[in-house]
Amino acid sequence: MSDIFTTAVMVAVVASAIRLAVPLLLASLGETFGQRSGVLNLGVDGIMLLGAFTGYYTVLKSGNVWMGLLAGAIVGLILGLASAVIAVTLQAEQGISGIGIYLFGLGMSDLLFQKLVGTPIPIDTFPAIHIPVLSEIPYIGEMFFQHSLVIYLAFAAIPVATFVINRTTFGMKIRAVGEYPDAADTLGVSVSGVRYATEIIGGTLAGIAGAVLALTLGIFQQNLTNGAGFIAVALVYFGAWRPTGIMLGALLFGFVNALVLELKTLEIIPRDLSNLAAMAPAIITILALVFVARRFRAPSALTKPFTRGK
Amino acid sequence: MKKRNIALVVLIAVIALIGAACSSSSDSDGGDFKVAIVAPSASNDLAFTQSMVDAANKLKEDGVIGEVAVTDGTFVVDDAAVAIRDYASKGYDLVIAHGSQYGGSLQEIAPDFPEVSFAWGTSADTFGLPNVYSYEAASDQGGRVMGLMAAALSKSDNVGIVGPIEVGDAKLYVDGFKAGVLAGKPSATVNVNYIDSFSDVALASEAAQSLIGAGADVLTGTAQMVVGAVGVAKTEGVLWFGTQANQTSLAPEIVVASQVYHWEHMLEEMINNVKDGTLGGELYKITFANDGLVIEYNDGFDLPGDVKKIGDDAVKVFKDQG
Amino acid sequence: MSIHLSPRNRRLLAYSIPVLAVFAALLFGAVMLLLLGANPFKGYAEMFVGAFGSGDALIATILKATPLLFVGVGIVIAFRANVINIGAEGQMVLGGLFSTMAALYLPEMHPIIMIPLVLLAGIVGGALWGWIPGMLKAYYRVNEILSTIMLNIVAVQLMAYLLRGPLIDPAEIERGTRIPQTARLAASADLPILFGDRLHIGPVLAVLCAIGAYYLLWRTPLGFRLRAVGLSEHAARYAGIPVRRTIALALTMSGAMAGLAGAVLVFGSESHRMVTDGSTMGFTGGAGFNGIVAALLGGLHPLWTIPASFLFGGLIVGGQALQRAVQVPSALIVALNGLVVVFVVAADRYRVRLLAVDEHEAAAAGTEDGETVTMGAARDAAPPGTDSYGQDEFDGGGEQ
Repeated sequence: MSDIFTTAVMVAVVASAIRLAVPLLLASLGETFGQRSGVLNLGVDGIMLLGAFTGYYTVLKSGNVWMGLLAGAIVGLILGLASAVIAVTLQAEQGISGIGIYLFGLGMSDLLFQKLVGTPIPIDTFPAIHIPVLSEIPYIGEMFFQHSLVIYLAFAAIPVATFVINRTTFGMKIRAVGEYPDAADTLGVSVSGVRYATEIIGGTLAGIAGAVLALTLGIFQQNLTNGAGFIAVALVYFGAWRPTGIMLGALLFGFVNALVLELKTLEIIPRDLSNLAAMAPAIITILALVFVARRFRAPSALTKPFTRGK
Repeated sequence: MKKRNIALVVLIAVIALIGAACSSSSDSDGGDFKVAIVAPSASNDLAFTQSMVDAANKLKEDGVIGEVAVTDGTFVVDDAAVAIRDYASKGYDLVIAHGSQYGGSLQEIAPDFPEVSFAWGTSADTFGLPNVYSYEAASDQGGRVMGLMAAALSKSDNVGIVGPIEVGDAKLYVDGFKAGVLAGKPSATVNVNYIDSFSDVALASEAAQSLIGAGADVLTGTAQMVVGAVGVAKTEGVLWFGTQANQTSLAPEIVVASQVYHWEHMLEEMINNVKDGTLGGELYKITFANDGLVIEYNDGFDLPGDVKKIGDDAVKVFKDQG
Repeated sequence: MSIHLSPRNRRLLAYSIPVLAVFAALLFGAVMLLLLGANPFKGYAEMFVGAFGSGDALIATILKATPLLFVGVGIVIAFRANVINIGAEGQMVLGGLFSTMAALYLPEMHPIIMIPLVLLAGIVGGALWGWIPGMLKAYYRVNEILSTIMLNIVAVQLMAYLLRGPLIDPAEIERGTRIPQTARLAASADLPILFGDRLHIGPVLAVLCAIGAYYLLWRTPLGFRLRAVGLSEHAARYAGIPVRRTIALALTMSGAMAGLAGAVLVFGSESHRMVTDGSTMGFTGGAGFNGIVAALLGGLHPLWTIPASFLFGGLIVGGQALQRAVQVPSALIVALNGLVVVFVVAADRYRVRLLAVDEHEAAAAGTEDGETVTMGAARDAAPPGTDSYGQDEFDGGGEQ
């Protein structure tokens, strides 16, 4: 079967990979801010779920997708603040408290959905925007320039994140706090303040990521993210804490998933073996982690609570 | 805390307890027959679990059942076993284990409660136990009927199916639908995409994209995660056939028809048997012939008369078979 | 801290802090119940009765606590070596799969041989799934949190593949229903029943493991090495302890305990077979996560983890009873579980601080209170920068 190598199929796979990558990308970018400042938030999936529900519910009631996105962002912001209280002020073990936040989000989003909505009701989605001229280019246009506006915005966020982290005073403080919190503290940088800020950014982006997922699918359901938040956290390591690396990771993850799906449609993967094929993204990520860990170093203060005078 | 405050709290607690006790005993206009449902997915999934919960609630409205208790979302088999035991020991007359994966546990539990009736589905096995009913849906029948219609409606002669994991009721439906399409148009292409998950809505949506990309202009799918695929069908203007529950509300523009499970007739018969003292031992199967399966057309969709006739004729064949 | 307590009272308060945290979470739950129109008093009464109120309830609680204790003991071992194992979910799945395969493929034997063999197979499966992230962390500096998340995904797909394919019940193929489950496993591998219809020897094994872990950690050279690495990697290295191997071993042992939990779940289940719904939690019931909380509730001490698991098992069983009694959506119980985790973990700091004050005062009376303590008892004495819960301290690459 050479169907897979036809351009039409590859174009569809790439377009699909981009759609699958965007929620991961947004959540990962948010998590990057937190991790660069030394805080691991493993509860991203829970925040995404609550962001997804809020976004969905707002659109259901208001009919306005941008209001939905805003609502998801606000819920994410609040949960980011809560995560900061837990991780920074209360200095909880970050790997475990994140699991708690995840379970809370999983249960709470489902509970709210059951009580406020009932059975799934479809909502408006972001309309696809065909970028003039560019979308007319054969193949390329269909792959890259016929998506909805949020998808372009998500990719536009990458250089912004890179700029903020590498070129601004705030970014310098983030890196300082993540690498040498004691030194940063001595120089008058508020370690807790910076970490609160990054956790709030992370939460907000996770909330937006969830809302984007719900508003792209046009529906909400129990466990809508299906673990995407955990993948997003892994992608931060995969991308070696750099926005561009994370983008590549998210795209690769989306691409492998889309490719496996396409291979199943074309019945190139025998159905008995489809579970083995579904392992591919995870195994590739582990191998990539080995590679990344050899070349790049995690922020030294990652997962370590800061106490002055230590 | 002052003494008076404590007294107040106690008073509120007592009032609340009495209130709760009253409210739970006032809703039994359907006699004292108590039914409990233990199910793997959410009771509002617009699919498998909801079909049974809706049926029980309808019988409650009709006065056949006095009380319905639901423990949904019990995808952990051992937790389901605890729930089944608990309902059985709390005086429920019929405990419905609404998931084929619960069978192994039920086989161990049912003998411990010889006075209680159990129902297990979807399955075709009562383990030879006198207090276990089994039930299943002939979802392949509806699959075939709608597959025949899909073949007639498809202009590209290409039909796509989104499945969860290739098991049980889902597999039965998918196989039936595929056979229906091919019976209607032997030259047609039918692509099936099992996404290996019951919950990944985003992947179901991409699977639909992929099937449409492969040329499909009619889609179907089964299990709760297909809501994602319906959304894609809607934006792409591709036709959709639903199953398990009426999915017209998801996309009134493109849903042609849904195969709907009406467990209520079967459930009512089962309950009457239990009331008469027969606690189990029978196999039930909802079909077109016993009105357990119904094709519900979307009134808002302009279905050509000849295609509807194909569907009605196919249903009639199944009805005549009995 | 301005209140002065005697060391004994302080210790008592320290150990009751996690319990107080659970109550705080339940208070939140009460508000949610009220909002749902349910009566929290009735709900929590049903919860208590459902967990501890009858013989059946107690048995259900003990059985629920068993995997928590196995996992919790493994968590304690890893934590003492300053490694966090959040991969127990996948390790339980592997333990279940290996033991199931042993029961399917081994010839029929007397239970006295059969049962240890299948449990051993479970231990091997879990240990393998702990060894991989352990080795990746020790030798390739891959963060264990990330590798275990990915390995959980691999475990789920492996389980689905095996239970749909090679291991499926032949009757399922015959009937065409194809439920992804094995046939009923050999009766000679059933865990012996101690009492009633259901209470099997699993809980006893779990308690023995907890005692064994206590002995291992404080009475053997290996235990000393584990704790030494946990306290200070640099010091351990200077003392000639093979730090990397010890870290890999800690995760392997932790995985082995989770694997045993998985095996006990299979052979102690009502259906005596392995079934999947396509998720890890469908098999583990979330014990891989909740076992961590049980370990924290028990102050990361193997023996205290025994009553802690019992309490937490009761909380889960009781929560489900609450759902049935007041008919709220079961999603509430998931949310409540999450709140309990957050509250217990967030309060852990204060437990450690109280204990640390105690130690400080014993060492040098009158010093400032325990501001210097890091998270988790195992890291109390680690000098800054040496507790490489991250991954970069090997080869001295940390802080230059």
